[in-house]
Amino acid sequence: MSLHIGFPTALIYYSHFPFWQAYFNRLGAEVVTSPPTTKAILDDGAREAVADACIPIKLYHGHVLALKDKVDALFIPRMVRINRYATFCPKFLGLPDMVRATLGKLPPLIDLQVDAGRNLWGLWPTCRGVAEILGFSRRAAWAAYREGTRHQQAFQGLLLKGYLPLQALAKLRGELVEPAARQPGALNLAVLGYPYQVYDGYISLNIIAKLKKMGVNIRTLEMIPPDRLYQLSRQLPRRLFWHFSNLVVGATSYYLRQGDLDGIIHVTAFGCGPDAMVDKIMELDIRNYTRGQLPFMSICIDEQTGDAGMNTRLEAFVDMLLQRRGNR
Amino acid sequence: MKKVSFAHMGYSYLGFKQLVEDMGFEAIVPANPSPATLDLGVQYAPEFACIPFKTVLGTYLEVLNRGAEMIITSGGVGPCRAGLYGLLHEKILRNLGFKFEIFVFDPPLTGLGSFFGKLRRVLKEAHLSWPAFIEVIRRAWAKLRLLDELEQLATVTRPYELQRGATTRTFKECLAIVDRARSLKEIAAASEECRQLLKAVPRDDSRRPLRIGIVGEIYVLLEPFMNQDIEKTLGEMGAITNRSIYLTNYTTTDVLAHGTEDVRQAAHPYLNQFIGGHGQNSIGETILYAKHGFDGVVQLAPFTCIPEIVAKSILPRVSRDFNIPVLSLTIDEQTGRAGVETRLEAFVDLLRQRREQMEAKSHAALLPGY
Repeated sequence: MSLHIGFPTALIYYSHFPFWQAYFNRLGAEVVTSPPTTKAILDDGAREAVADACIPIKLYHGHVLALKDKVDALFIPRMVRINRYATFCPKFLGLPDMVRATLGKLPPLIDLQVDAGRNLWGLWPTCRGVAEILGFSRRAAWAAYREGTRHQQAFQGLLLKGYLPLQALAKLRGELVEPAARQPGALNLAVLGYPYQVYDGYISLNIIAKLKKMGVNIRTLEMIPPDRLYQLSRQLPRRLFWHFSNLVVGATSYYLRQGDLDGIIHVTAFGCGPDAMVDKIMELDIRNYTRGQLPFMSICIDEQTGDAGMNTRLEAFVDMLLQRRGNR
Repeated sequence: MKKVSFAHMGYSYLGFKQLVEDMGFEAIVPANPSPATLDLGVQYAPEFACIPFKTVLGTYLEVLNRGAEMIITSGGVGPCRAGLYGLLHEKILRNLGFKFEIFVFDPPLTGLGSFFGKLRRVLKEAHLSWPAFIEVIRRAWAKLRLLDELEQLATVTRPYELQRGATTRTFKECLAIVDRARSLKEIAAASEECRQLLKAVPRDDSRRPLRIGIVGEIYVLLEPFMNQDIEKTLGEMGAITNRSIYLTNYTTTDVLAHGTEDVRQAAHPYLNQFIGGHGQNSIGETILYAKHGFDGVVQLAPFTCIPEIVAKSILPRVSRDFNIPVLSLTIDEQTGRAGVETRLEAFVDLLRQRREQMEAKSHAALLPGY
């Protein structure tokens, strides 16, 4: 019987899952993911996690609960750095400790550090450590690491082609999906925010799908090469500390420079620490760069956010953009 | 003379006032933060910024309106947001049309070059030589140290005072005395005088105060406006408080060096990772307080403070494992004095009962059959 490793469908699932799935599969372990977010999962998480935590962290607790009885071990890496530019938000740094202290009766946690800031080896030290814990040889770990890297690259390639993360994951599984073709003449909207928030359909109330239904062309930060984003995030007097935040800030200036946008939406979570800064920086930068001409809306999500309210806000925003176009 | 200002943090403003004046600038001393300061900050700050950000922004707005031309402040290493607050404060204030210079000093260990580069520019502006500057720093440092020591002295005096409020009144007198002292000699004399004054507060030594440790984020710990005077409140309820952070000891351990080893080691089994701010410290210090026989610990956290949220989610486990009650207080602009006092009262009551129970149990063990 093969080993079952649990991987919660939250946080880094939307950015790093292909690597880890391929890695574990190649080692011969089976990766079990939690089902897509449901009300029950979110409620469980919100009940157990500390009240001041942001919704993605509460959700993560919920996904761990949904998984814990089905697996031999849970994979909750401590994400510190994946490149030399930035660290993750403190909640990522303390994630395994929070989960362990908050939730009882968990299977063993594999909580090795991912700290690729200090050396050139990227995820390899973590992979080697994981293999050691699970009792695989270093040679097997190396092969699995290579396999993981290939999958991750394929994933990134699809993102750059315009597939959204969940579509790209489906495509990697061999399903038939095509990215939405860009409609000439339709509104161009950048929807920026942390991937684990924007693409979790339940907590974001399907914001992307809703906008698409309104006939809007969506741009996201995944459609821009990461190197370019890191480069652009240096425009600030000091680069932000946090990985995903730099991507959002970089994407904002990328799309501002492109100049063919009708508006920018920032998706953020209630009480998100880094976003308190990111949102203000976006607001001021967009205002200064376009002399207040480009509409910017920030949408704040928490566990109380309702569908009707979201629809109203998106419709109003899109109507306003269409009117502006008509007037021009 | 250039008008220079800085952020208000606890009683350190007296030390920074002297520093700025000795450097030959005119000091615009920020007033004690007030609800009006906070309102001002809240108006222009991002909604989810923490209360230290909002209060400091309010303070800057006040001093800029009073004509400050230069602001000197500290930065940080991250990943706590405070390290970037200088950047965002500047952006917001410039956007409001203020013209001023701002020098954000990050800890020297993160970049010696930039630290000394900025310092050189400030000194050039002040027409000050390095040796003269070192003299200035020594005096300011002596004053900051003295302020910390007096504050500590007041906290261990307060629970014994016969007349409620006597210690606080004396402490206020001491502040005025310290403010007047300028040279090293005068500061030493002020130290002696203030110690005598605090010692002379009429006291009842038969009391057995509780001992409560205070952990959490530095700014809400140091600024009485922010924490609703928690040390005074607890002191007058009959508890000796011990704050884990004082400005001068924090500077020597965390700014000029890489943190205290014992705190990190204590936190290790629960949080083996530096997460920015004082998150890891809050865990480690709580454990150390428990080991030193403290009756309880209060964690002070600004609302949306990321490192403290991580700590807060781990503290219940620490509290169980080390059998020490922990009260987490989250502070934002809505926090009211009465609410905080009620919670502290309940906490102190709980600690008293707990102590009595534990003592009853140990008496029973000494005298079996009674």
